[in-house]
Amino acid sequence: MADASIANGAPSRPRYGSMSRDRAWALRWSYFFLVLFAIFFLMPPVYMLITSLKTSAEISAATNPWWISNPTLQNYIDLLSQNQFLVFFRNSAIVSICVVILTMMISVIAAFALARMKFWGSATLATGVFLTYLIPETLLFIPLFKMFAWVNETFGVQLMNHWWTMIILYPTLTVPFATWIMIGYFASIPKELDEAALIDGATWMQTLTKIFIPVALPGIIAATIFTFTVAWAQFLYPLAFTTSTSELVLPVGIITTLIKGDVFNWGQIMTGALLGAAPPLIIYAFLMDYYIAGLTAGATKG
Amino acid sequence: MADVAARNPAALSAQPRSGLHKLMQRKSTIAFLMALPLILLIAILVAYPAGYAVYLATLNKGMTRFVGFGNFEFLFGRDTFWLVVYQSCLFAITAVIFKAIIGFVVAHFVHNIPSKGQRKWRGMLLVPWVIPPAMSTLAWLWLFDPSYSALNWLLAIFGIEGIPWTGEAGWARFSVILVNVWIGSPFFMIMYLAALKSVPDQLYEAASIDGATWWQRIWYVTLPMMRNIIAITALFSLIVTFANFDIVRVLTAGGPLNSTHIFGTWAFRVGIEGGDIPLGAAVSLFMVPILAVAATFILRDITKRGSEV
Amino acid sequence: MAQVTLRKVVKKYDEVLAVRGIDLDIADKEFIVLVGPSGCGKSTTLRMIAGLEEISGGDIAIGGDVVNDVPPKDRDIAMVFQNYALYPHMNVYENMSFGLKLKKTPKDVIDQRVKQAAQILDITELLDRKPKQLSGGQRQRVAMGRAIVRDPKVFLFDEPLSNLDAKLRVQMRTEIKKVHQKVRTTTVYVTHDQVEAMTLADRVVVMNGGLIEQVGSPNDLYHSPATKFVAGFIGSPAMNFITCQLEQTAGALRVRLNDTLSFPVPADRTARYTAHVGKPSLMLGLRPEHITETKPHTESNQHDFDMVIDVVEPMGMETLVYFTVNGREVCGRVNPNAGAEAARSMKLRADLSNMHLIDDSTGKVL
Repeated sequence: MADASIANGAPSRPRYGSMSRDRAWALRWSYFFLVLFAIFFLMPPVYMLITSLKTSAEISAATNPWWISNPTLQNYIDLLSQNQFLVFFRNSAIVSICVVILTMMISVIAAFALARMKFWGSATLATGVFLTYLIPETLLFIPLFKMFAWVNETFGVQLMNHWWTMIILYPTLTVPFATWIMIGYFASIPKELDEAALIDGATWMQTLTKIFIPVALPGIIAATIFTFTVAWAQFLYPLAFTTSTSELVLPVGIITTLIKGDVFNWGQIMTGALLGAAPPLIIYAFLMDYYIAGLTAGATKG
Repeated sequence: MADVAARNPAALSAQPRSGLHKLMQRKSTIAFLMALPLILLIAILVAYPAGYAVYLATLNKGMTRFVGFGNFEFLFGRDTFWLVVYQSCLFAITAVIFKAIIGFVVAHFVHNIPSKGQRKWRGMLLVPWVIPPAMSTLAWLWLFDPSYSALNWLLAIFGIEGIPWTGEAGWARFSVILVNVWIGSPFFMIMYLAALKSVPDQLYEAASIDGATWWQRIWYVTLPMMRNIIAITALFSLIVTFANFDIVRVLTAGGPLNSTHIFGTWAFRVGIEGGDIPLGAAVSLFMVPILAVAATFILRDITKRGSEV
Repeated sequence: MAQVTLRKVVKKYDEVLAVRGIDLDIADKEFIVLVGPSGCGKSTTLRMIAGLEEISGGDIAIGGDVVNDVPPKDRDIAMVFQNYALYPHMNVYENMSFGLKLKKTPKDVIDQRVKQAAQILDITELLDRKPKQLSGGQRQRVAMGRAIVRDPKVFLFDEPLSNLDAKLRVQMRTEIKKVHQKVRTTTVYVTHDQVEAMTLADRVVVMNGGLIEQVGSPNDLYHSPATKFVAGFIGSPAMNFITCQLEQTAGALRVRLNDTLSFPVPADRTARYTAHVGKPSLMLGLRPEHITETKPHTESNQHDFDMVIDVVEPMGMETLVYFTVNGREVCGRVNPNAGAEAARSMKLRADLSNMHLIDDSTGKVL
């Protein structure tokens, strides 16, 4: 018996070897394809960078587009010394920061009320928040356009063509999502924690500020990053509601002012696009884990 | 003394019952006030405009007269409208399918490699999702440039003739989908990766012991376990893709000859640039049925998952 | 003076009665354990005492004052939760002092009380750690420390040991008892584990289906259960219940299990049981330790019988044997050296002096 089993065992030996060899090959293929995909995914931003370091002459000379013969920072210098570009940047920065503050204040407080305090209609409202999150801005910009005209006629407040109007508009995109994320994070905090706080004598506001906000801080950071990214990247609203160069935010500013007629100054356009992409990219580089946690939380929680 | 009172039921029930109840009532009032900014925001800037869009769509161009379904009848009679319907569906469905497949494949490759390298790769592969779409589409526009296309330059090395990326209807449609897939598949990748990590290793070990090949493991273990995430991500992406604006606007602005217009961009062209607000509203309303269907399925999936827990 | 009184306390959740009218008097300094299966209303009762649940009817008084409408923080209670509910972002010191700080207690008083409580629980060296850095047992201590620091009228424990492994649970059980002996605060403790209830309590309250089945000292409950539920719930392995009939033969009563098996009822029970002769749905309740191997010396009320053993479970200091009577599994506890073997007949001895007669239709022990 024992002999037979050894005899049977012998040929199976190399099989273990082939299994680990399969593994090694699977790993090699994985890396190979990952490199291919990384090239695909990183090609446009890399090409942005390459172009931004070229002179106009080199760009129009139609030499190897992937190579820089005379690297120069002239595009950056030109753009950053342009008053107009700095105005775009300032508008974008103020709008984004205000939207972040406004959004987080509204959504953290509302999420706490929805996740923990329960009132008449709170469950419906939570569903409503989620549905709102699914309503795209492409559906809303036309009625909003008309509503703004009505506000101007009725109250004499001109909302059109002001960068600060974006501070009112962007929360419609950011608040539902931030609230949804925060409801998920708050719901994952054990109920006993607020009961303990209740017994310890904390009011609802104290429970929120002293217990929930510190405990859900990762969620708050994730929601903040998101809100900032969405606010910074928003394109349709400023395109529809602002026209004067002094009122534009960065993405619209770059596209409407740098692309003029038939003259495409690609060196500057790419520099502007890269600078426009920089703030979210920098935040992402430093807070990647929060970013990813927030991304998956949107759909996996709640 | 107090002891006596407590042991006397009659004395006990004489006390009015209100404090805690009032406290609970006050709690819901506070809660309502805390949610009020959210409610107002949604009501004034989302719910009202959404309803207002329906009303607007029933007016004539000068917004002076009620025309009922006039705008819709007008749209049904125009070839461009049917072109937009076709392109919107083609764009959204094709893009979501490719995003889902690429996301799934890349997530698998990332999941395959040793876990200490995963963070780096994941971080690198998510970059397209982080860049503002309007900005990255500019880079693609430059890559697709008719005279200086860096992509055509690469193709030329392999002896392939230059492609009119945004110049010819078919290729322009391909290009907007390509850019959308480029921006969106990292999101799928991240979602699937999170889902892959939540599948317990024992299931795979049990499947290997049962003699499953790698393909059978994916088919019988991975996919069923991830079904919910796959469905939600895809439906969610369908909504976002269907309502897209930035990519088409920047890359082709609807051209050539309206062949790449989708609902969002065409509504902008007609409503804002063309000055026919009611017609623009009518166009954008055509997104609603698809959005509603997708939203219903998402909600159903989410509540189903909620009750499973 | 911190007795707790419950009068006809009712809790309704949307027309579902979770607690159906409970009367309970808890004396000052007493350690009361509410025990019962899940869903019996024990946790709801505790949470109503804490003020975390509104009561739907009846009254609750702490220290003589009706607290029905008093919010939790003003009831002067402290609670230890099943999952400890330590604030994860605060260290142990901050966790313990949070309640006092909210009450605006002077800093030096807080400091003194925290240090004192930490000493009682032997966690002084953990004060600046975060909950995440603590083991399960240490977290449990901190949770108790947080309760002690407040120096409340009543301690409330909600299944505090069920998240610990078996060994630690036994250890912490002793710890809780020690702490209670030191601080002598009225304590209400909820658990589903009858061993925990028996070992900790001055008095045990057995609950079932939103009602109190029986209140009594651990020994009372064990030796004279009032209902079939209590008889079956307290004690491990559980009491055996065997359908039987009560017969009157020549002035003596007999419990007849089946055609072949019947035992005479102890003489001192005769008067108590006579009224139930011939009643249907009677059951004999006999604890496993009262079914043993035969011994040379026979006391009164001990009766030997032969039985084929189905399953033998050696436990070390004793061996459990299982056999079937009237279609029910019956458990006995025999000496490991008694030679019990599965599928073999064995001579066993039933000690009827500890028997219980139960009317299965009412669930009452007669």
